[in-house]
Amino acid sequence: MSVPRYWRNEVPRYRLQGEECSQCGAKYFPTRPVCKCGSTDFKPYKLAERGEVVTWTTISSAPTGFEKYVPYVVALIELEDGCKVLSQVVDIAPDAVEAGLKVEAVFRKVKEDGKEGILQYGYKFRPVVE
Amino acid sequence: MRKVKIAGVGLIRVSEYWDKPIQSLFAEASMKSMKDAGIDAVDKVYVSNMGGSLMQDQLNLAAVMADSLGTPGLPATRIEAGSASGGVAFHEAVQAVASGYSDAVMVTGVEKLSDILPEVVTTGLAMAEEQEYTAYTGVTKAGIAAMIHRLYMDLYATPEEVCMMAVKSHEHAVGCKHAQYPFKMSLQRAMSSPMEADPIHMMECSGIGDGAASLILVPADDEGVEVAGTAVSTDYTSIAARQDPLEMKAIKTAADRAYKMAKIKATDIDLAEVQDDFSINGVLGIEGLGLAKPGKGAKLVNSDDVDKEGKIPVNTFGGLKARGNPLGATGIYQLAEIAWQLQGKAGDHQIPDAKIGVAENMGGMASICAVNVLRRADK
Repeated sequence: MSVPRYWRNEVPRYRLQGEECSQCGAKYFPTRPVCKCGSTDFKPYKLAERGEVVTWTTISSAPTGFEKYVPYVVALIELEDGCKVLSQVVDIAPDAVEAGLKVEAVFRKVKEDGKEGILQYGYKFRPVVE
Repeated sequence: MRKVKIAGVGLIRVSEYWDKPIQSLFAEASMKSMKDAGIDAVDKVYVSNMGGSLMQDQLNLAAVMADSLGTPGLPATRIEAGSASGGVAFHEAVQAVASGYSDAVMVTGVEKLSDILPEVVTTGLAMAEEQEYTAYTGVTKAGIAAMIHRLYMDLYATPEEVCMMAVKSHEHAVGCKHAQYPFKMSLQRAMSSPMEADPIHMMECSGIGDGAASLILVPADDEGVEVAGTAVSTDYTSIAARQDPLEMKAIKTAADRAYKMAKIKATDIDLAEVQDDFSINGVLGIEGLGLAKPGKGAKLVNSDDVDKEGKIPVNTFGGLKARGNPLGATGIYQLAEIAWQLQGKAGDHQIPDAKIGVAENMGGMASICAVNVLRRADK
């Protein structure tokens, strides 16, 4: 991961921030250059930080950089504002994850680029404790 | 626009060729298709390949592959569209002949996965997903398919019914000389294999293999196997961006366009090749092609309709699961196998009186999909 690629994603990843189309109100995370309505005019939009698990999997064979986290859960999460995100779900045993599980965003380390590379951070989700 | 036919077919067995460079695989399949077509030159080469830049550290692959054929001067283009590279390259090659720009086009798919370690293959496959917000979660290609697989099971089918896709592909591969795994696999064996990405078992995933397959395209002459329809479609790459994550719009849109071009309906199709790199993907391919209604694909797979004697045989040489899945070459293998069926050259795998065959080749989780329809020309 190069520094510019990491740096330009800090705000969206650290704050769970996307964009809202100024024309039609469609919300995007991650952001995109052109809206489905054709508009290119967007304003920042802060996503809801709570939602629930729609579907999930437990990764047993990981890509490079994620090996030491195996097994870990990746889920499709529908947030309270209707936006959907893909994210790891942490602080729970993989077997305990289920559809409808209430989760909240949390700031976590994602991976390390070797010994001298960037320590990459971002959002993951964890179960809500009521 | 000119009609286009397949004049030559060549392929090698999907296997692990530790002792050969990617050039050798490419040249072997290419020479076979030229020989089959009875020609010694082409005026354009399309190379379909997904991972050469990662697996062989090789960019500029079109030139390197053309070089392997020993004839400097050939125009060559490399097409990369993830796992759909083959189907998309074919789509481009057809247009080169149809437009009149080229008269004899070779499209050869080649992929060599055995040059890297299996865990790097996992990384490579995830490279076909958007990197900064999808791959960044640590999800794998199998992981994305697994999330869809779970949604599908919640609504439509048991784990065993989905798994039968892999079992059927293995049944069809028995006796296939170019298949990597030409043997039966029991449902029990697959369902008791370790989880690759829950709920997908390891034996529901295609394996790692090297391969090359090649086709020669020329203007049609009312004989042989014609390209009746060809289409490519894309979708939002992330399943999080799709309104209904279970709906594989790219497959359906590509199928609709290809059928319209071929002036056929799904019910006119005699056999199909679908992208069963994971069992659920094969099921969704069958539905996307309109061979079963949404949610009914697994049921069709569990009937004898998809068998060799059935109404709509699927993956007649073993599909990605058993014939093998050399990524960028896979889409060309599918079309080569359909061409053999329509030519009556499918040997023990022959579907009686096959006239129309369709191949569905998707990349990512159907972020891109090529659907190509071949038809036996009526004299």
